[in-house]
Amino acid sequence: MASQAQKRPAALQVILIAILVIWMIAAAFPFFWTLWGSFKVEGDFFSLADWTNVLTGEMTTRETGDAFTTEGYSGAWVQEEFWKAAWNSTLVCLFVVTISLTLGTLGGYALARSTYRYAFWFLLIALIFRAMPPITLVSGYLPVFFQWNIWGHLPTAIIVLVAINQPFTLWMLHSFFKNIPQDLDESAMVDGCTRFQAFRHVIIPVMWPGIITTGLFSFLLAYNDFAVTAMILDKENQTMVPKIASFLGTTQTKGNVMFAVAAVVSTTAPLFLLIMVFQRQIVSGLTAGAVKG
Amino acid sequence: MNLGKILMTGSFLVAASATTTMAAECGITDGRLSIVGNEFPAIQTVARNAQACEGLGEAKANLTADHQKINLAGMQGNPAEYTTAIVANSSIVALINEDVLRPLDDLVAAFGQDIPKNQLITINGQVMAVAFMANAQHLVYRKDILEQIGMEPPTTYEGLLETAEKILAEGILEYPVGGAYMAGWNLAQEFVNMYIGHGGEFYEPGTAQVSINNEAGVATLEMLKALSEYMNPDYLTHDSNATSAEWEAGNVALMNMWGSRTGVLMDAEGSTPEVYENTMVGAPMTVAGGGTPASTLWWDGWTVAKNISDEDAEATFKAMKQGISPAILSPETMGEAVWMIDGYEPAPVNEGVFSAISMQTPPYPMLPHHGLLHTALGDNIADFLQGKESAQQALSDIEDAYMTAAREKGFIN
Amino acid sequence: MKHSAFFWFVLPSAVAMLLFIFFPIISVVVQSLHSAHEQVIIEVENCGPFGCTTATAIDQSATAALREDQPLGRFAGLEIYKDRNHLAVEQVGQIWSDSTGIGNFIDRLMNLPFYKAMGFTLTFTFVVTPLTIVLGFIVAVAVNSAAKAIRGPLIFFSLLPMMVTPLIGSLILFWMVDARGILGTALRWLADDPGLSVKADTGLMWIMLMVYGVWHSAPFAFIVYYAGLQTVNTDTLEAARIDGASRWQQIRHVVIPHLLPLTTFIALMQLMDNFRVFEPIVSFNASAHATSLSWAIYNDLGGETQQLSSAAATSVLTIIGVAILLSPVLIRTWRDYGKAA
Repeated sequence: MASQAQKRPAALQVILIAILVIWMIAAAFPFFWTLWGSFKVEGDFFSLADWTNVLTGEMTTRETGDAFTTEGYSGAWVQEEFWKAAWNSTLVCLFVVTISLTLGTLGGYALARSTYRYAFWFLLIALIFRAMPPITLVSGYLPVFFQWNIWGHLPTAIIVLVAINQPFTLWMLHSFFKNIPQDLDESAMVDGCTRFQAFRHVIIPVMWPGIITTGLFSFLLAYNDFAVTAMILDKENQTMVPKIASFLGTTQTKGNVMFAVAAVVSTTAPLFLLIMVFQRQIVSGLTAGAVKG
Repeated sequence: MNLGKILMTGSFLVAASATTTMAAECGITDGRLSIVGNEFPAIQTVARNAQACEGLGEAKANLTADHQKINLAGMQGNPAEYTTAIVANSSIVALINEDVLRPLDDLVAAFGQDIPKNQLITINGQVMAVAFMANAQHLVYRKDILEQIGMEPPTTYEGLLETAEKILAEGILEYPVGGAYMAGWNLAQEFVNMYIGHGGEFYEPGTAQVSINNEAGVATLEMLKALSEYMNPDYLTHDSNATSAEWEAGNVALMNMWGSRTGVLMDAEGSTPEVYENTMVGAPMTVAGGGTPASTLWWDGWTVAKNISDEDAEATFKAMKQGISPAILSPETMGEAVWMIDGYEPAPVNEGVFSAISMQTPPYPMLPHHGLLHTALGDNIADFLQGKESAQQALSDIEDAYMTAAREKGFIN
Repeated sequence: MKHSAFFWFVLPSAVAMLLFIFFPIISVVVQSLHSAHEQVIIEVENCGPFGCTTATAIDQSATAALREDQPLGRFAGLEIYKDRNHLAVEQVGQIWSDSTGIGNFIDRLMNLPFYKAMGFTLTFTFVVTPLTIVLGFIVAVAVNSAAKAIRGPLIFFSLLPMMVTPLIGSLILFWMVDARGILGTALRWLADDPGLSVKADTGLMWIMLMVYGVWHSAPFAFIVYYAGLQTVNTDTLEAARIDGASRWQQIRHVVIPHLLPLTTFIALMQLMDNFRVFEPIVSFNASAHATSLSWAIYNDLGGETQQLSSAAATSVLTIIGVAILLSPVLIRTWRDYGKAA
């Protein structure tokens, strides 16, 4: 599409740039605000006295002798051992993404290629399943999990997250698979591949953008989940979001919000690298080339 | 900030957090200890000391803010996952209702003779829990501002309104009164306080039949509304975190706040000297000429699960007793709570809770169906405060919502 | 595709969903048809550190027998669905018969918890869903037209609103829109109204929740469209261009049809997610101004006393609501499905 870009009229170019700039500000400003504020004390970050305090760092200077402090970071990572939660989250995300995608690509492919009505019904029922608020599901799990003695462990949370996310993964991958011409796998099968071999060697290689996008969402679901992980993981196996929530305090006791803010900022940084890697995959000409065939 | 300083801060924090608890002899030979409870520092201290007992076959603690959502399910299995739940007087009810707690009379008689009688929580003559700390809401005020307008700290809510009016009239603060009035649990708690202060009865005696649509109920709502006029217009979104933040920012001069949260208001962190040096605690206030303070007393205590072996129950009892023994008090843990433990020396900041106790503030109602009313209150008062409906309508909505819920839960037929 | 191949391909997904979604749904439906067994209440004396009080308690020995007989509780049929805290059949009939006009009827209907929650839920769903799709599409086209070198950072920042944990993301926004926060101050200045406070006004609170909703889910639409744009058939575009199609015609006749299945997908997911709106209401402490069905479930389960049957009934009503909501999209997909076959 590079050639297209060169021929774009100036007016359109200006509009597109304007949209990008406005959207970037809307999307990124709260994050930069948080990044900046994470080096302040609570009194400045949530400056109720005067919002400009967060810029000047008045309270931070008074309390730490400097306009910037890393207290939030050392407090979260060292004192509260946030690294444990980060490690648990890494495990959960890794397994949820791998398992979700494995099950999802198999199912999504079958749904996209089946010509029978029951495939549609399967998809439809899966979708209605998804309407169940997770909080109700979780309160249903609790007695059973306690009874079976599987409550509190990481594998339990992983399987539950995979299952809850499965309808979404199926729909998303099924939409992507439908965009891939049937001829591709059918010609492979004419050449003597089995259905699975065609799927494995012909379809999967051209599906990367779809798989990566879907994987990104599975990842975000596992990474951001609160309803499930807060309720079915033991304190020992806690993931990041419940841990961050525990920094916030309760009705009767004060928490340490700055630990939470620092933890959020420091866990967003690795995501930046991750996206940079995906981006090459998504943008690569691989698909465009393959789809022509 | 240079690297050396960062490292120093880091190592200091490590040292501070590594307060190792010495292993203790508690007379346990075998058995399991598994604690579920909230996660504030005082409870962590208790759990740490209980786990330090020698001889326990298994010792673990799951302390989380979501404890109320998991403790019931975790104690219903057989054997129960948790051998003890740390609860408060509001949350013990849910466990008693489902009959998952073990009466402690035998264990107290055999191993707990030295637990002071006033720490034992008895329901219908049976010991169900052992309390170890107290809490209450009471007045917090700014000394400098009251001096500036030449008034004494108020002892009644009517006095508080007068004081607030004066502060407003002198143009010192725009919104002089603060309060955790967030719709939901917090607002319902304020209603419970104020209704008790007005001498109201929540139920028809001996039944689960609610009766708050009366004069005391209307007066309560009117008072809450009168107070809200002096608050930041966002008051319906202010939980106690937000209210404390308002206080530390110096925007508020008078508020009704949890005793457990006053310590951090008076320390140097998060505030200017002008605010924290002048932050004072007072007694809970009365209302409408009543003698009972418009506040409630709270305790936190531990229980023992019913669905566990007698051996585990004995080990848990002994370990938890060790967890609240005078030995756990140290200069570090002393300030974590208003302990009900021998040897506890209260700090000035705890005066509010102590006056609440000495003024015979009633405890928060420990009734099987009160949780339902609390939820109904929290959902329906905001409409009145926002002027969307009359006090009678709000009270009747609360009664209807409660009665429906109570019918679903089998309290009323 | 053969039946057997289809079966083996979908089996793993099907088992996972059956175990962890289908069975719990069945148990929720059963729960919603039962109310708790009768609780035998007795008057007792409770003592503690603050003295003794006369109170009530459940007579455990009397209740134990009832519990044994009916572990699920009493069969209530549709009673719970019909009671005041849910569909309020009786109350609605009452209001209908003695209301003075349609305005009065709606006013009083909105005083019932279920209808109040429904009012916000539907408004939220139908405002946020289309806005999300449009914004996501525009941003995807804009990012796709940017130079390749800067696309990576652009994608990253576009995804930020949904990557930052909603818990903290909304907390930060909550403080920013405070009357004394940076956005709150900016709004006051823009509106030239020193008394303006988003958190104190029901209307503004609704708008803020919806703005948050669009901000939070636009990245989802964006990334799906962006991935879809990567697979647009360049040959077709080339051919269209050679045939003299204008830029708009290219988008209209090549890009949009290509993205249509994705749009259906985004619409389905967004309708469903928005219908279950919950997190912003909790994070913005907005329950005085706005409640939703999911919030009602949370409120039933999160109180001092858990109301399982009530939560179960609301959950079932939510599922039915979603099914009704999705039906037009589903019928459409159903037709497409036939065509594709």
